[in-house]
Amino acid sequence: MTRLELKIALSHASFMLDIDTAFELAPITAVFGPSGAGKTSLLRAIAGLERGANGRIALGTTVWQDDADATFVPPHRRRIGYVFQDGRLFSHLDVAGNLSFGKRRPDSALTVDDVVSAMDLGELLSRRPAALSGGEQQRVALGRALLTDPVLMLLDEPLSALDVGRKSHIIPYIERIALEFGVPILYVTHSIEEVSRLATRMLLLADGHVSAFGGVGELLDRLDLWSSDDGATPGTVLTAEISGSEAGMTRLRLNDQTLRLPAVDASEGTAVRLRIEAKDVAIATRRPEGLSIRNVLEATIVRIEDAPPVLAEVLLDIGGQHLRAEITREAATELELVAGKPVFALIKSVAIDRSLLG
Amino acid sequence: MLGPVWLSVKLAAVTVVVLLAIGTPLAWWLAWTQSRTRAFVEALVALPLVLPPTVLGFYLLVLLGPAGAIGGFWVAMTGSTLTFSFTGLVIASVIYSFPFVVQPLQTAFEGVGRGPLEAAATLGAGRLESFLRVASPLAVRGYITAIVLGFAHTLGEFGVVLMVGGNIPGQTRVISIAIYEHVETLAYDRANILSAGLLAFSFVVLLVVYTINRGARFR
Repeated sequence: MTRLELKIALSHASFMLDIDTAFELAPITAVFGPSGAGKTSLLRAIAGLERGANGRIALGTTVWQDDADATFVPPHRRRIGYVFQDGRLFSHLDVAGNLSFGKRRPDSALTVDDVVSAMDLGELLSRRPAALSGGEQQRVALGRALLTDPVLMLLDEPLSALDVGRKSHIIPYIERIALEFGVPILYVTHSIEEVSRLATRMLLLADGHVSAFGGVGELLDRLDLWSSDDGATPGTVLTAEISGSEAGMTRLRLNDQTLRLPAVDASEGTAVRLRIEAKDVAIATRRPEGLSIRNVLEATIVRIEDAPPVLAEVLLDIGGQHLRAEITREAATELELVAGKPVFALIKSVAIDRSLLG
Repeated sequence: MLGPVWLSVKLAAVTVVVLLAIGTPLAWWLAWTQSRTRAFVEALVALPLVLPPTVLGFYLLVLLGPAGAIGGFWVAMTGSTLTFSFTGLVIASVIYSFPFVVQPLQTAFEGVGRGPLEAAATLGAGRLESFLRVASPLAVRGYITAIVLGFAHTLGEFGVVLMVGGNIPGQTRVISIAIYEHVETLAYDRANILSAGLLAFSFVVLLVVYTINRGARFR
C-alpha cells in the first residue's frame, strides 16, 4: 500500500478547498460528497491541473508538489492516469489512435494488446469516438489512461453520464484496473451505490473539507455524516448471511430475523452487504396485515431527525445494526414516533452488493 | 497582363506564411491568457478592420521610409529601401491582413477548449506535443479559414499597396493597382478581365469558408 499525502489549499471565486490529510491507498478509494464539495477540484489538484492550488501532494516518496521547496511537477510528468467525466477522447483520432497516444513508455511491460483485451476494445479499434456509445467511450478512456502505466488513477465520476444498465457493464473493468493491474484508484462519485459497490475505503468531502475517512461500511452507517441535502440518496448498509433458498427466493438471516429476496446466486453461509435506501423503508406501529411487502422487521427507534422541509429521518435499530427510514414529519407525529419506541420496518426493496459475493 | 496576377499571388502566399508563423503563437496566447493586456492586444489586432487603408498606409510609409525607424534601419542593413519594394509590401500586407488570420485561429483554439489539452497532459504529452498532436488537428478548420481569408484579403488590398508600394511593374504592381491603372488609361477591357477574375476568385473563397464553417456547426 502507498501513502497519499494531500495538503491542498485552493480558492476559486465562490469556493474554497482546504484539505490536509494522508492515508494509505486502498485498491479503490472513493472520494464522496455532494456536488460542489470539491471532489473534482481535489482530483485536478492532484493531477496538477489546478495551478492555483497550494500545498504539498505526494505519493509515497514521489513528491508532485511542495510549495516549501517550490516543487511543481507538471501534469504530463506525474504518471497519473485521469479519466474525465466525459471521457475526453480525441475526436480526430480513432480508438487505436487514442490508445497509442497514451502508450509512451516503450519499456513498459504493458502493451496495447494487453489493454485492448483487458478492456474488450478489439471490436472498436478503427472507430471514431463519435461512433461509440457512452460506455464504450469510457472503456476506451480507461484503457488509454491505463496505457500510460500510471502509479495512480483518478476517476472523476466516470459513470455519471451513463444509464443504469451501462454502469454495471463498466464496473468490472474499473475493478480489473485496481485488482489485476494493481493501479490504485481514487474514485470520485456522488453515488452511494457506486461507493459500496466498488470501494473499500472512502474519503468524505463536504464544503471543501474532509469530513471523514474510513472503511466504507463504517462510514455509511454513521448517520451524522449524511444530510439529505448532500445530493446523495441516503441509505444504510447492513450485513446479513444467506441461510437458505426455496422456490426462487433466498432467505437471509439478519441477526435473529429473516429477509426474503429473489434468488441470490451464492451459497449458504455467505455474508452479504445489503443496501437499503431510506426512502424504501416505511414504518408501522403494529405488524401490518394484508400487505404486499414481505419483508417486515422488528425494530426500535434510536432517534428521529428533521429533514426539512417536510421529511423526517428515522434511525432504527435492528438487533444491533442500523437502518434508516425516510418518512414525512406528519406521519412521524401522527404515529407518535419517539426514540425507544418499538416499531416494524417495512422494506420495499433491497440491493445486494455483488462485490462481496466473490 | 499576367505580371500583376503572379505578383499578387506571390505576395499573398508569402504574406500568409509569415502571418501563420506570427499569428499562430499570438492567437494561442490570446485564446488562453488571463492577462489584462489581452483586450489591448485584441483591439490592436482588429485595428486594420476599421482603419481606412490610407491611414494605415500613411503611417507605414512614414515608418518604413528611409527616414523612418524601421526603414532607416533596413537601409543601413541592406542598402535598399523598404518602401516601393516587394519586401515593404509584404510587411504592409502582414499588418493589413493580421486580423483575418489571427481571429479565426483564436476562435478555433478557443473552440478546442482546455478539455483535450488537459487530457493530453494527463496522458504524458508536453505542451508542444499537445499543440501539435491535439490542438492543431482539432483546430484544422480554423487554419483553413485563416489561410483562405488571409490570402484573399491580401490579394484584394489596394490603398495600403498604393501608399507603400506605388506602381512598379514586377515589384509592387499587383492586380488591384493594375486595374486602377487600366481604368486611368481607359483600357476598360483589360480592367474588366482582371476585375472579373478577382471577383470570381473572392466569391469562391468566401463560399469555401462558409461551407467549412457550416460543416463545423453540424459536426
